[in-house]
Amino acid sequence: MTTSLNPKFTFDTFVVGAANRLAVTAARTVAESPGSAYNPLFIYSGSGLGKTHLLMAIGAAAKKLASDLNVEYLTLDEYVEAFHAAIAAGQGDAFRRRFQTVDVLLIDDVQFLTNRLEMQAELLRLSEALQAAGRQIVLTSDRTPVDIENLDERLISRFSGGLVVDIGAPDYETRVAILRRKAEERGAEFQPGVLETVAAASFANVRELMGVLNRLVAYQAVNDSPLNAEGAKQLLGIETRASGGHAAVASERTSPDEFAAFLTDVTTTVGKAVEAWRARIAEAILRWEGEGYRTRRLEALLEQETPIAPDEEIAAFARDVERLRVLEAEVSQFDPQAAGQSVFRDPERLAEAEEAATRVRAGAAPPPAPSAALPFSLFAVGSSNQLAVNVAREVIEEPGRRYNPLVFIGKSGVGKSHLLNALGLELARQPGAVVACLSTQAFIDELITALDGNRMEWWRARYRRATALLLDDIHLISGKDRTQEELFNLFNLFQDLERQLVFTAPAHPKTLQGIEQRISSRLEGGLVVELPEPDREVRRVVVQRALGAQEVPDDPALIDYLADRPADSVRSLIGLLQRVVGAAAAQDVPVSAGLAREVLEGGTAAERRRTVGFRTSGIVVSSAGGVRSREKIVWDWGAPADRLIEELR
Amino acid sequence: MSLVNFTTREITCKIVYYGPGRSGKTTNLHYIYGRVPESRRGRMVSLATQTDRTLFFDFLPIDLGQISGFTTRFQLYTVPGQVYYNATRRLVLQGADGVVFVADSQARQLDENLESLQNLQANLLDLSIDIRTMPLSLQYNKQDLPRELILQPVELDDALNFRNVPSFPADALHGNGVFETLKSITELVLRRLAQGAAV
Repeated sequence: MTTSLNPKFTFDTFVVGAANRLAVTAARTVAESPGSAYNPLFIYSGSGLGKTHLLMAIGAAAKKLASDLNVEYLTLDEYVEAFHAAIAAGQGDAFRRRFQTVDVLLIDDVQFLTNRLEMQAELLRLSEALQAAGRQIVLTSDRTPVDIENLDERLISRFSGGLVVDIGAPDYETRVAILRRKAEERGAEFQPGVLETVAAASFANVRELMGVLNRLVAYQAVNDSPLNAEGAKQLLGIETRASGGHAAVASERTSPDEFAAFLTDVTTTVGKAVEAWRARIAEAILRWEGEGYRTRRLEALLEQETPIAPDEEIAAFARDVERLRVLEAEVSQFDPQAAGQSVFRDPERLAEAEEAATRVRAGAAPPPAPSAALPFSLFAVGSSNQLAVNVAREVIEEPGRRYNPLVFIGKSGVGKSHLLNALGLELARQPGAVVACLSTQAFIDELITALDGNRMEWWRARYRRATALLLDDIHLISGKDRTQEELFNLFNLFQDLERQLVFTAPAHPKTLQGIEQRISSRLEGGLVVELPEPDREVRRVVVQRALGAQEVPDDPALIDYLADRPADSVRSLIGLLQRVVGAAAAQDVPVSAGLAREVLEGGTAAERRRTVGFRTSGIVVSSAGGVRSREKIVWDWGAPADRLIEELR
Repeated sequence: MSLVNFTTREITCKIVYYGPGRSGKTTNLHYIYGRVPESRRGRMVSLATQTDRTLFFDFLPIDLGQISGFTTRFQLYTVPGQVYYNATRRLVLQGADGVVFVADSQARQLDENLESLQNLQANLLDLSIDIRTMPLSLQYNKQDLPRELILQPVELDDALNFRNVPSFPADALHGNGVFETLKSITELVLRRLAQGAAV
């Protein structure tokens, strides 16, 4: 039922001139921020001037900017037909519900609402609902809302309530531009003056103009000799008048648009008079000047007496402009204000522009990188976490494409952060990679600082630049609406651009509280993989490595003993190990399995005394007279250095 | 005045409508003015006496937009036809790129036509311009008058067009021949561009 958007109808293919500039600007604005700028946007113009093109361009652009937007394009007739079909099938409500969830509704040719009272009521209801929900409506018609016959007053006021804008018939220059672009698209070349001749003739609309161009292309394709301006005139039946001689003065007047005919003649004459190379350069100047670039370099060429080959010069100029564009776009990501510098508009100062861009690049702090202290090589792998590690490896091989987003879930201390950072480090190795890897808390804090300092654009640019975003403890965004909003936008951007997203969370995203549905559903959309409690194999590796780090000689009995101890996380295992090492240091004896058993099972005399208290009541009465709860006291501190690293992470 | 300015990428054509008094020079401009879209024409400056005789000169700027990358402008001038305004005529002729000589087709005006044509030649000479190098078109105006009152184009050609320049019968009041003449002089002027005479 709904017509799909024609991929040819985009803003890029729409030739902008004085007569349609306002409409195009409004359309672009609407496409960039649907529902917030002009709602509804009502575009009217005569037939064949680009209403449908513009309407579809809005749809395409909106969809490009936010791929999850629900964009519907349809003509009023299609809408009416669908409505009738729905009513006939007894599905009127379903029909309404369907359209009420459209984010951008594009309806073409609403002038056909004339005398359709029930459709008017329906559309009124729909537009009320959509507008109330902040959804965008764009309508086109061949006349203003007021001029649509028998249109409900309420609809008139609703249609007129946003922005009503018209597309005028293109002026001569725009017509020439349209013809040139279309001819170029078709790879057709015409002699100077031919397209100008066509443009100068009065055509009511662009569609007719295209029809004429088609005829020219077809004619030229079947005839060997290229068409000249005079030939085009004859072919198209554009009136030609005797340019001299003594033709009797006719009593009745000829073509009303004498000026247009005159203009064509002048154009042809100038085309012949101005050397081709000068015309090429002058046109190039006009083009770049129109786009806001300094063209001194080309202007200097014009003043030369001797003919030059313009193509090379123009191509070189175009290359420089292209480079400036790239630099400008890059700089504007970091610092929109810096991108406004004139140096980015002057190809003669390309070197300066490069320097300026380098400065901005250097000044822009990259997003926080993964911790180098947690490489993949130090991550203990066993059968329990093999799946998660494999998934991580696949992501490293093909970031952004395989599992996006990837969410590691698991209890505290099972190695989620380690795996996240290790994955980040590997991703960062790839050429051109900018990996943002940080805790969600740090992410929120940065956002708040940026909000506070009015540097949101800068903040956003910093993350938009990243080729991968890895956030530890994503559940911390719970209840932080603004962070969720920003993350949502980043999320969409990263997914659109196939950039990798990795998160960690203590539990499955759908069970996390305080997280908006749109985010939790996106988190589930990739792959959620669990890191279970470490198995014996993992524990063995961890113990071995930790003992090695403490410079304890290799003792298989000790390693086996510690690896066999029940521990629900790597962190608690390290805790046990620290107790043993600490006890050995205190007693000044080597670390051994026996000592470990004594410390962890038998306990020292002091510890035995302490545990007696636990067994009896759980409450310890201290000599100082206070009551200490067993649950609230940490008896076994790990090495302080370990804890510090933990905090810094 | 230079016709083509490569620095500013402008083509500016100054065309002067010359001819005896009451031959219809201002009428030509008025007709053109009425046919040029508003957005493309400047204000027509006309300094006329109460009886609608041109006192000083008429000036009509026309903007033809971008042609081959050049901003193309036409400036159309008329000179006062009356004999005693010769200084003004010479002034207006300065920097002209082309001249349209508007002749009155009435038989009794032949002498005035000849006198004015001689005056044109003399004034150009004063400005050190050879009339043979100046683009020139002739317009035989008022061809709509009764045949017994006017000379036919062929006769006028014999009398006036001894250089064999393009000539056009016209009825400027109704517009016949006006744009043909303008087009002709424009072509002559712009053709000189190609010959490199303009820079």
